[in-house]
Amino acid sequence: MTSTRLIDFKGYVFLAVLVAAVVIVPGLNLLLPADNPFHIPSYLVPLLGKYLTYALLALAVDLVWGYCGILSLGHGAFFALGGYAIGMHLMREIGPRGVYANPELPDFMVFLNLKELPVWWWGFDFFPYAALMVLLVPGALAFVFGWFAFRSRVTGVYLSIITQALTFALLLAFFRNDMIMGGNNGLTDFKDIFGIPLQTQGMRASLFALSALALGLGYLLCRYIVTSNFGKVLVAVRDQESRTRFLGYKVENYKLVVWVISAMMAGVAGALYVPQVGIINPGEFSPANSIEAVIWVAVGGRGTLVGAALGAVLVNFAKTWLTGAFPELWLFALGGLFVVVTLFLPKGIMGLIGSMDSVKAWTTRRRAVAKPAE
Amino acid sequence: MDQKISPELLYLNDVSVVFDGFRALNSLSLTIGEKEMRAIIGPNGAGKTTMMDVITGKTRPTVGTALFDGGVHDLTRLDEATIAGLGIGRKFQTPTVIENHDVETNVELALKADKGPFAKLFSRRTPQVQERIDEILERVRLKNARHRRAGDLSHGQKQWLEIGMLLAQEPKLLLVDEPAAGMTDAETADTAVLLREIAETRSVVVVEHDMIFVRDLDVKVTVLHEGSVLAEGSLDHVSSNERVIEVYLGR
Ligand SMILES: Nc1ncnc2c1ncn2[C@@H]1O[C@H](COP(=O)(O)OP(=O)(O)O)[C@@H](O)[C@H]1O
Ligand SMILES: [Mg+2]
Repeated sequence: MTSTRLIDFKGYVFLAVLVAAVVIVPGLNLLLPADNPFHIPSYLVPLLGKYLTYALLALAVDLVWGYCGILSLGHGAFFALGGYAIGMHLMREIGPRGVYANPELPDFMVFLNLKELPVWWWGFDFFPYAALMVLLVPGALAFVFGWFAFRSRVTGVYLSIITQALTFALLLAFFRNDMIMGGNNGLTDFKDIFGIPLQTQGMRASLFALSALALGLGYLLCRYIVTSNFGKVLVAVRDQESRTRFLGYKVENYKLVVWVISAMMAGVAGALYVPQVGIINPGEFSPANSIEAVIWVAVGGRGTLVGAALGAVLVNFAKTWLTGAFPELWLFALGGLFVVVTLFLPKGIMGLIGSMDSVKAWTTRRRAVAKPAE
Repeated sequence: MDQKISPELLYLNDVSVVFDGFRALNSLSLTIGEKEMRAIIGPNGAGKTTMMDVITGKTRPTVGTALFDGGVHDLTRLDEATIAGLGIGRKFQTPTVIENHDVETNVELALKADKGPFAKLFSRRTPQVQERIDEILERVRLKNARHRRAGDLSHGQKQWLEIGMLLAQEPKLLLVDEPAAGMTDAETADTAVLLREIAETRSVVVVEHDMIFVRDLDVKVTVLHEGSVLAEGSLDHVSSNERVIEVYLGR
């Protein structure tokens, strides 16, 4: 049984770590001179910020998988769409500073011999519109997809396969030049946002802080959902879908609501990711990305939220290190990790922490029992 | 269709369910009145569970009519959740509770209320709800187990919890599939008392194998065999029916 308080002990620890990260990472970067051993180099700030956006994506995956039993192998699609939405804004911000110096059209459109801005690019120069699209585009896609999938009662591995097909279809679509989304190269060469260059230390620190804030708020939103009556129904759907219907719940509506919320969270994660890595291309839709996100959650502990975020950060630390040190080993390591977790740690790292708790409780109880005998 | 065309609460007429050519129900006709309690007996495979599946929207009949509430609702066109919302509650043959929730939460989930996602997103457990939960737990004798994980209950306790969940739904019609299975004799007798109590205010259909239990209920009995009604009447009446004896005691 999960705890019913909005913020439990693990939640406080998690939020405290986030607050500390917001103070420490930009602080050590901005305030300490570069030769200080505690100085965090500027290139690390967006890297760490990227981990936080992955953690937010992991929360989104855990919300549907851990609490409602929907194993999405396509959440990378929502992440990428959020990223593209903000990427389109960043492209428009470049203005006449592109190589072709076209005041209206981004370089790749000039290259494609376009004369005017396609309709679907309209409005993206206006930040609030782009921000709205970060939520609406993944949300609308999730709504349409979920409407059909959940109503036709597609579940289990079949559902997972069609989520995978969804992201694969988008991968192919975004590769095409006639989508006018930058094709193979995607969107890149961003200059600034709100007139502030993306490469400045201050902007990097702000994006990092914003990612931490989004992760914290995302966590609270998820906790609100899973501790509400709605969340209790979700767990019932996860464990006894058919039984839940006989209790009078329209399961498809519950799935649809949580699915759309989760997709929007993934979209926000993608939107924070893109300005920190400086590029969004169709590769972000690749099925492997979505599968990786599921592995983060499995490693951290499915249905624990905090574990999902932790798993995302730890696995990506390992990935950054391994792809630097032994690039060819990463995929084997990831596969091996998944096998190990599935076989030996069904509840992930959080399960490990939980069993340490119970070992402690057990030993203290034994001590308490042993005492009177002394 | 919003006028009651018959006084019956449940009206099944000529219902057949065919699975791959096999007739699990074969022109079954049956009516249950308001506040009536009915026992349904029949050998394994007679179609008792399938009949409940048809009534609760789990299985669509191949042909036939299934109406509820005096003919107002056509059960063959509605989904499980809608039918549950109309006031048909069901207890499964093998107890199915939400194992990862505690006993209280299981009852809470069943409670009659607005069961839409947004209503649930913005509602918390109020003192009134707690009171309802307490009443029900009292009645099914699970008050002391209220904080236990439902999956950790004994088989008999799970049966009781399911009955509690059924009560929480406040249905007009309760379908109870083999409630005494896995219960001790004392628990079985208690269950009969509880069901009789419930039947004072609502209709109850009980499927049961246990003849002592059926005798305890002391109500009209319908015997199902090969998907249709073989006999109907008091237990003494049907147990003196030659065809029933043939079916039950072997040919
Ligand atoms: N979904 C199904 N598919 C195929 N056959 C089924 C299905 N459900 C039930 N049956 C068959 O229908 C018959 C009636 O089953 P059931 O209603 O469970 O009987 P009872 O509850 O009276 O023991 C059985 O022979 C059973 O094997
Ligand atoms: Mg049966």
